[in-house]
Amino acid sequence: MKGFAPILVALALLATVPLITSSNVVLNFMVMALLIALVGQGWNLLGGYGGQYSFGHAAFFGTGAYVTGILQMRYGVNAWAGFIIGIAAGALVGAVIGALSFRSGLKGSYFALVTLAFAEVLRIVASVAPITGAGVGTLIKLDLRSEAFQFQSRAPFYWIVLGMVGVSLILTRMIEDSRFGAYLVAVRENEDAARALGVDATIVKLCAMTISAAITAAAGCFYAQYYLFIDAGIAYGPWISIEGLLAPIIGGIGTVFGPLLGALVVKTLGELTKLVTGGAPGLDLVIYGSVLIVVVAFAPRGIAGIFVDLRRRLSGTRGRSRD
Amino acid sequence: MTEPLLRVENVSRRFGGLLAVDQASLTAEAGQITALIGPNGAGKTTLFSIITGFLQPSQGRIVYDGADITGVPPHRLARRGIARTFQIVQPFVGLTVRENIAVGAHLSRPARTDALAAAGDVARAVGLDASLDRPASSLTVAGRKRLELARALAIEPRLLLLDEVLAGLNPSEIRDMVPVILAIRDRGVTIVMIEHVMQAVMSLAGHVFVLSEGRIIAEGSPQAIAGDPRVVEAYLGKGAAARMTAAGGAHA
Repeated sequence: MKGFAPILVALALLATVPLITSSNVVLNFMVMALLIALVGQGWNLLGGYGGQYSFGHAAFFGTGAYVTGILQMRYGVNAWAGFIIGIAAGALVGAVIGALSFRSGLKGSYFALVTLAFAEVLRIVASVAPITGAGVGTLIKLDLRSEAFQFQSRAPFYWIVLGMVGVSLILTRMIEDSRFGAYLVAVRENEDAARALGVDATIVKLCAMTISAAITAAAGCFYAQYYLFIDAGIAYGPWISIEGLLAPIIGGIGTVFGPLLGALVVKTLGELTKLVTGGAPGLDLVIYGSVLIVVVAFAPRGIAGIFVDLRRRLSGTRGRSRD
Repeated sequence: MTEPLLRVENVSRRFGGLLAVDQASLTAEAGQITALIGPNGAGKTTLFSIITGFLQPSQGRIVYDGADITGVPPHRLARRGIARTFQIVQPFVGLTVRENIAVGAHLSRPARTDALAAAGDVARAVGLDASLDRPASSLTVAGRKRLELARALAIEPRLLLLDEVLAGLNPSEIRDMVPVILAIRDRGVTIVMIEHVMQAVMSLAGHVFVLSEGRIIAEGSPQAIAGDPRVVEAYLGKGAAARMTAAGGAHA
């Protein structure tokens, strides 16, 4: 079970945050950062390990959010059950979009554009369909009981989203060490060579997309419970697709900790920008864009890659005499 | 005579106006090394891609181990024991040598540790054990050719198709590689190889097929093929064989 210790240490440290501070500003910030980390973890499984760059993870986030909201408000389903069904619905949307794209052999930028198109179609449908509340959006009734997945303080929310990030970290690490993970990386590196070695590339990508969509949908379900309000722009808007891919790319694409590191950095930068500029709209996006360019140009393997290089350099200088 | 392990029957493949493979037929006897030679652009790699399921034939069929496998996708053929290497090596560059080979070893070994251990054994068989934990991107051309071979071997094939594994190697590297290929055959793996290095074809192959402009123009033992005027003409141009005999006669 090599490689799980760092995950447990990181989770234990992060779990202490609500014990250190009860500031709503800090907890709110941390909840949002972990939420983006979770979306990023979903994206990273397909994009980082599988090499299939999606620009439309909002499709899964929004489906999770809407399904959990609509089930509660229109059908009186328990919030926790709605949460599970929301994840399943997101996974199903992922499987359908994946089957359509991969079976028609879409790769690279074509795959990216098609996922973006699916998310935009869902956004437009959600902004007019009566069941989603159309332009008004879906409001989940305030019901501050843990049975309704609502809490008086932010700490339980924080621990729940941290728990989901933890499950994803462990799942990602387990996939890294499995045959499925080896096949997924092989497909990323060279699909034809992988097929020649007995890898069913379509099935491998489809499985990755389904798991990826389920993780991202879980983030959407959580968002709905946390803010108790969603509309088409929030649920299916491009913002979540962008933040979900920025976090792993900046943090370290195809690494276990990349999305978490990236989300913390991106969100910190975003908040700092708001402080400095007084919340001028769009400036945080300018900052994100600049950071992305710097990372892609100078640290293509992100923040996690910088750590790996540093460690290699340090152990390299010490180990040189033995070589 | 026993049924050959692989039988290609009248296979043609058309790319638009170009008939890349034209009614080609060949067989590979179990446990033997069969060579497929021919000038550049003859359609050898296209024929390999058809046999391994990467391309569909426009007509004809492929019979492997008594079953029609025409149009079966590559990953299914791999599970039935057909492995191939690529002429332009296709390493998983982001992975180490061991991880590269393990992808193949995973076919019959679901557990990661088993696959990684088996990868070590395969690497030893092709002489790559010294660079097991180095990134595949750091290998030399000769190393990459060995890696290509190792990955294919890791799926434990019954039929191995080698697409120019000796191309780009220097004479001493070729001398090192020939015993590796013979050892694979001696383990009972049937080999079909595309090769330009004639010296190696002579010492390795039991039977040779010659492909020219998409057609099989000759077949036979390596010695018979080397003296076949049709083969000489395919490589050197029309009339070359006659001129060579004439020149040889004048000198004698």
